[in-house]
Amino acid sequence: MTVLLIAVFGGIGAASRFVVDGSVRTRWSRVFPLATLVVNVTGSFLIGLLNGAHLYHGLGSTWLVVAATGFCGGYTTFSTAMVETVRLIQAGELRRATANAVGSVLLCLGAAALGVALMAA
Amino acid sequence: MTRPPHLDPRLVAVVALGGAVGTTARWAVSEWLGTSAAGWPTATFVVNVLGSFLLGVLLEALLRHGQESRRGRLVRLGAGTGVLGGFTTFSSLALEMERLIAADQVALSAAYGTLSVVLGLLACLAGVALGSRRVR
Repeated sequence: MTVLLIAVFGGIGAASRFVVDGSVRTRWSRVFPLATLVVNVTGSFLIGLLNGAHLYHGLGSTWLVVAATGFCGGYTTFSTAMVETVRLIQAGELRRATANAVGSVLLCLGAAALGVALMAA
Repeated sequence: MTRPPHLDPRLVAVVALGGAVGTTARWAVSEWLGTSAAGWPTATFVVNVLGSFLLGVLLEALLRHGQESRRGRLVRLGAGTGVLGGFTTFSSLALEMERLIAADQVALSAAYGTLSVVLGLLACLAGVALGSRRVR
């Protein structure tokens, strides 16, 4: 049963990513892949909030795994971030490639930490 | 009137379907590899590096096909954006790094983040190289 919920929420997460990505892209035409970054940072913030809710406010493990592994996992993407970084490297945009790779990790880490901290407060 | 792909309900459904498959596959890998009690988050690491390789192969092969057909777009959105996008995850990576830091394993967290990106990029580059060879 949990697997089914994870699948459904993963599907909803991926569809949400597609919509958010498309919406950011229509407003941002520069080289830097902002859309994926926006998706990954917001998804990391959400997984932090969920984990904080689990740790400090008794959110059940089943709902945590469905929302975190399912929705947040389906919503965020590592592979697209890697492909976009490779494309920047191929285009000779080494500084933007580095900024995207390093920035993604640090901003997502910060967003997750903020999410947990807000729930702990 | 042509609406942008992300506002076309049928294409959104294709991505959702792929995302459900990819997410389930990621969950299966994590069940299979188990959650390491303390230390390296193996499942997310494997999934992210493997997924980066596969997305590199897929997108490069599709790109080499030239002008994107309707079928090509369905494959890109279903298998790429949906399955492989849903298979890999940045949120779990971020949370696992945060949890390691919270457990005073700062060096391990840094190594995990760095190796994920470095191997993810190398895997993706290898995938792109392979994908470019697939089509004569």
